Amino acid sequence: MPKPKNKQTDPPRYPLRYLARASLPALLDSLRAAGYRCIGPQLKEGAVVYAELDTVEQLPRGVHDQQSPGEYRTQASEDERYFAWANGPQAIKPWLFAPRESLWQVARDEHGRLRFRETSPQVTPLAVIGARACDLAALRLQDQHFLHGAHPDPYYQARRESLFIVAVQCSHTAATCFCASTGDGPRAERDFDLALSELNAGYVVETGSQRGASVLAALPLAAATAAQRDAARQQSERAARLQTRALPGRNLRDVLFANLEHPRWDEVAARCLSCGNCTSVCPTCFCHAESEQPALDGAHSEHVREWDSCFTQGHSYIHGLTIRAETRTRYRQWLTHKLGSWHEQYGRSGCVGCGRCMTWCPVGIDITEEASAICGEGT
Amino acid sequence: MRRGDVSHPYLLHEAEIVTRVQEAPDIFTLRLRFSAAARQRDYTFQPGQFNMVYLYGVGEVAISIVSDPEDDLLYDHTIRAVGRVTRGMAALRAGDYVGIRGPYGRGWPLPQAEGRDVLIVTGGLGCAPVVSVIHYILKRRERYGRLIIMQGVKHANDLLWRERYAEWARQPNVEVIIAADQGAPLWPWRIGRVTDLFDQVPFDSERTSAMMCGPEVMMRVAVQQLLARGMNEADIHLSMERNMHCAVGHCGHCQYGGKFVCKDGPVFAYPQVKELFGVRGF
Repeated sequence: MPKPKNKQTDPPRYPLRYLARASLPALLDSLRAAGYRCIGPQLKEGAVVYAELDTVEQLPRGVHDQQSPGEYRTQASEDERYFAWANGPQAIKPWLFAPRESLWQVARDEHGRLRFRETSPQVTPLAVIGARACDLAALRLQDQHFLHGAHPDPYYQARRESLFIVAVQCSHTAATCFCASTGDGPRAERDFDLALSELNAGYVVETGSQRGASVLAALPLAAATAAQRDAARQQSERAARLQTRALPGRNLRDVLFANLEHPRWDEVAARCLSCGNCTSVCPTCFCHAESEQPALDGAHSEHVREWDSCFTQGHSYIHGLTIRAETRTRYRQWLTHKLGSWHEQYGRSGCVGCGRCMTWCPVGIDITEEASAICGEGT
Repeated sequence: MRRGDVSHPYLLHEAEIVTRVQEAPDIFTLRLRFSAAARQRDYTFQPGQFNMVYLYGVGEVAISIVSDPEDDLLYDHTIRAVGRVTRGMAALRAGDYVGIRGPYGRGWPLPQAEGRDVLIVTGGLGCAPVVSVIHYILKRRERYGRLIIMQGVKHANDLLWRERYAEWARQPNVEVIIAADQGAPLWPWRIGRVTDLFDQVPFDSERTSAMMCGPEVMMRVAVQQLLARGMNEADIHLSMERNMHCAVGHCGHCQYGGKFVCKDGPVFAYPQVKELFGVRGF
């Protein structure tokens, strides 16, 4: 029988490999040899943050984290592991959607003529090491927002196209994690180049792309044994099982918009400081403000964008009127957008279950608790 | 990175103010032309769309385009000096330069309304987005049926373009109804709310399209009145206004529930926005 034309070819399947912990520096070397600047988690000022990574010694070895609404603490331990924590305040978002960046500049001559010039981002290809499943889910949403419309954002796009992702499968869960309920974790299943499952003495390595396979080519890898594969799978399952929080449903859009006058909005507004911490740490929040920075010489000006928050007074300002003057309507905007309007905009909820908004909230407002109070438990 | 790409979504183009018209103490019209001839030649828009207009060193604002889309030489923005940027723009004169990017958004459904009667409801100070519709229809009179223009103002002195309304009222098959909450000596129009006057202009709800802009309270009452008189929800269109920074659906300020007013609007069919229409805080 003739073979059918246009036969769909499955993406290549790569075998699971094993990298001893002592060989982890070789992974960084290989990434650098491929032209990437490495970014990885490090303990700074009491939190695991992502910064330039020169050596594996900078990784947070033995660091555990304890999180609860309004609280984040790290603890040192004798553990040899580098990734024995759930997440820190940020991961990938700031590296693609810059917290502050210049969009264009304008020069004005003595006749008042204006010459506009776009600014190009300085893009060095980045390899982010330690992205979690929730971070990758958030990345897909940011990609939809910034790239998949009629006007792709050239700054985000330039950095996104050169991003190499080394995911790390979660082995630890924080009390604030609820990615299992949003369907986004704790295992990363796609959109990584490589994914590591950290075991006591090394890493089970999944390959997600041809680029990932090339980076692995020079490394001293072994085939992952059945015991190693089982251990990796079991610790992911355990991380999922230990999650205690959950949203009351995957699609809360209709029930949220049916409850816009629920008394809980007043109740949460009495606690909320409208500080915007939740939107700063949220890996999917995309709001940004543009502002003008004229030079003192009167001949140049720069147009800058920076992260904004729907919790600010200015966010809803139109000619003399602030549409959301009170905290109640701001919190309601945030929650109905995050868990509701995202479905209309991007076909799913804007929450990936990372729990950062509750950990970093100074008064410990818990999104799962608020959503349950407004939507009821059984939706 | 597509360096120098003309589709850079945020980059402005220089335009010259060819004429400036002072319409009222705080309202002015800028007639503009792109400095680059090719850009002016290729520039097209639909009534109801808007541009981002940039004042050097101060910033950008979203402003509706009021001129006719077939005017190849110039395009007009009527601006009220009310915020930081527009107050600065009020000081501009003919021969000065601004930055322009656009057009953005979805305009009025004028092609779909061909062959039908058009009812325009507007409030406030002579709402620029619907002025473009009026001009468009009057220039193409044979393509449309009755044109009913209903305009409400707070005070008789707020009415812009008095002569224009009088001129429109003299055109065949055009009715103009203007109402001021507070009148003034020699006020030739009505006193009261414009939304109370629908009984005075019986319309055929099957063959009428409504297009409205202005304060949302006014539009809400108008929508109820129109629906009560049998108009289909889908035949009611309204222009929404929200804070805008980027105009391309990225910055998040103009979100109205799941809609981005900048790219899904600013003109919406009523069913698209009715869920939140009138709910404070969105």
